[in-house]
Amino acid sequence: MNLVTIALKSIKQRLLSSSLTALSVALGVMLMVAVLVINGVVSDLFSQPSFGFNLVVGPKGSDLSLALSAIYRLDRPGEPLPYLFYKELKEHRAVEKAVPIAIGDVTEQGAFPIIGTIPEFFDLDYAYNKPFRVRGEFLRTPWDAVIGSRVATTNGWNIGSEFKLIHGGAESDHVHDEKFKVVGVLRPTGTPNDRSVFVSLAGFWAISGHEKPLKEAIDRLEKFRYPVPQSLRDKAEKPHKAHDAHAGHDHEHDHELLDEQKEVTSIFVRTKSTIGAIALAGEVNEDVRAMAVNPIFPMKRLMTMIVDNIRLMLLTLTSLIIVVSAVSIFVSIYNSMADRRREIGIMRALGARRETVFTIILAESALLCLGGGVIGLLLGHGLVAVASPIIETRSGILVNPLAFEPLELILFPVLLMLGSLIGFLPGLAAYRTDVAAALSE
Amino acid sequence: MSLVLDNLKKSYREPGGGRIPVLNVSRFALQTAEQVALVGSSGGGKTTLLNVIAGITSPDSGRVVIDNVDVTALNEPSRDRFRALKIGFVFQTFNLLPAFSALENVLLGMCFSGKGSDSHRATDLLTRVGLGHRLHHRPPQLSVGEQQRVAVARALANHPSLLLADEPTASVDIANQNTILDLIRDACNENNVSLLLVTHSPDVAARFGRIEKLSDFNQP
Repeated sequence: MNLVTIALKSIKQRLLSSSLTALSVALGVMLMVAVLVINGVVSDLFSQPSFGFNLVVGPKGSDLSLALSAIYRLDRPGEPLPYLFYKELKEHRAVEKAVPIAIGDVTEQGAFPIIGTIPEFFDLDYAYNKPFRVRGEFLRTPWDAVIGSRVATTNGWNIGSEFKLIHGGAESDHVHDEKFKVVGVLRPTGTPNDRSVFVSLAGFWAISGHEKPLKEAIDRLEKFRYPVPQSLRDKAEKPHKAHDAHAGHDHEHDHELLDEQKEVTSIFVRTKSTIGAIALAGEVNEDVRAMAVNPIFPMKRLMTMIVDNIRLMLLTLTSLIIVVSAVSIFVSIYNSMADRRREIGIMRALGARRETVFTIILAESALLCLGGGVIGLLLGHGLVAVASPIIETRSGILVNPLAFEPLELILFPVLLMLGSLIGFLPGLAAYRTDVAAALSE
Repeated sequence: MSLVLDNLKKSYREPGGGRIPVLNVSRFALQTAEQVALVGSSGGGKTTLLNVIAGITSPDSGRVVIDNVDVTALNEPSRDRFRALKIGFVFQTFNLLPAFSALENVLLGMCFSGKGSDSHRATDLLTRVGLGHRLHHRPPQLSVGEQQRVAVARALANHPSLLLADEPTASVDIANQNTILDLIRDACNENNVSLLLVTHSPDVAARFGRIEKLSDFNQP
């Protein structure tokens, strides 16, 4: 028998009111934990110190939009870049590795984004010091596909599964005839790669309708100030029979796509040095048609301007809920003090010191707060577990319900302090109890 | 000498500002292991006297000496500890805590003594008062007589040298009255504990070798 046991007995004695007050704290903590966990996942996702590359090159426009579309696949890509631009960039003295990607299509089943890329994509770490791991193989032939872990579980796909693409996004009804075959399943990464499907860029281009018509390709090249050979102009003037007969072909058909007709939506670049990245970004950004951004900066801006403010608002709101719950605990304990005068008088008559009964009341409110906190912690992660599929469907962000935020640890000392604070006045009433008067009641 | 009261005075403040004297005891003594029945009319100051002896209420003047310790000279925390260690209390209304089992009520008495809880002794005491089979029952699940037995076991839990009993049989029927009385007296005899039992019942008082009328030595 110790003071905590005595406090627990007192709580048990008023089980209903104790449970309700602890539950109100639990609900506040639940909301706070859910906010912290989801916010933590979003913050980690959008502020990774390294993506395995340090620049994303894309068409001129919004740097945030480029990062959201190329890395997080949450936005539509802008105007594509000529493939020749990629070839030129790859040879730049500052570039260690450049990987082109082409996005825009989605899988017919599940509408997962398609990333047309080259095998070297998987040489870039998906996060700092975290290389891709695959069950099966990476891309080898034009019709190979590597799928993210979430794609595999959601669609029930495995190595050997075949699938088709929808052209231009889920709202389109144009299903390409060509089929890709899964050759590898990525291990979970906790990044947008988990819900992405990677196909060979060669295969992506080989899909009918993905090639740029020669006339448009020439216009594009001229805009980018690339020299256009006369032979290409002549070819553009001739009727394009292969393209006219669009329907009914399969992927054995060779489009014989010229480099001038190929395009990419963005390019991931790893430079040889940080200074090289700055210099390269400067050079690319001088160009009026393309831009190079370090994705950290627009994402940080997004975090600071929107996500951080939303977090602050939600945390303030949940803090207020916890404070209101704490006040209800105070009211509950304080109201019970009149009924407990005799109980306190008995303890004092048995030799309990004033400080002892004060501590018992304090322990009681602290236990209610902490108990509510523990329940709230479990409920909070439970709430995240329930909400994560919805969040993923709505935003594409993967939230692990077991993800733990260090801030959650601070909750408990705070709750302990809060419990002590609200137990102070009732504790003082117990401290001041006149034993003889209490016993005679 | 187990208990000595020396020039003890206690009065209460009236709402009008004056004081009502309640106790004025020039001398009262209780030998070690002696059992005394204290008889007095209602409102005569019996409960106040017990509270003063137990250190629950401070006297206006005078001394309460228990086992050669002047309780009135101790500060409040020391008095609390002294009460927990040296004085057992049996109340008219038992004063058991309803959320605690019989065993826990006895352990509670030990808890405040600073010596720690001894489950074996608590179980042994409850067995000796005939409640070995009711250890985990809470007071509302016990009969009135059983509740008072728990209170007796709790009063003896810390090996007190003095047991104060305030009308311990007033709330029980005649059959239980004798049982409770025998229990208290036997327990005090076995443990060499002095007993000061307050009663208004002549029948109860008649069972004691020494009967004191409060009005004989208290002239407020």
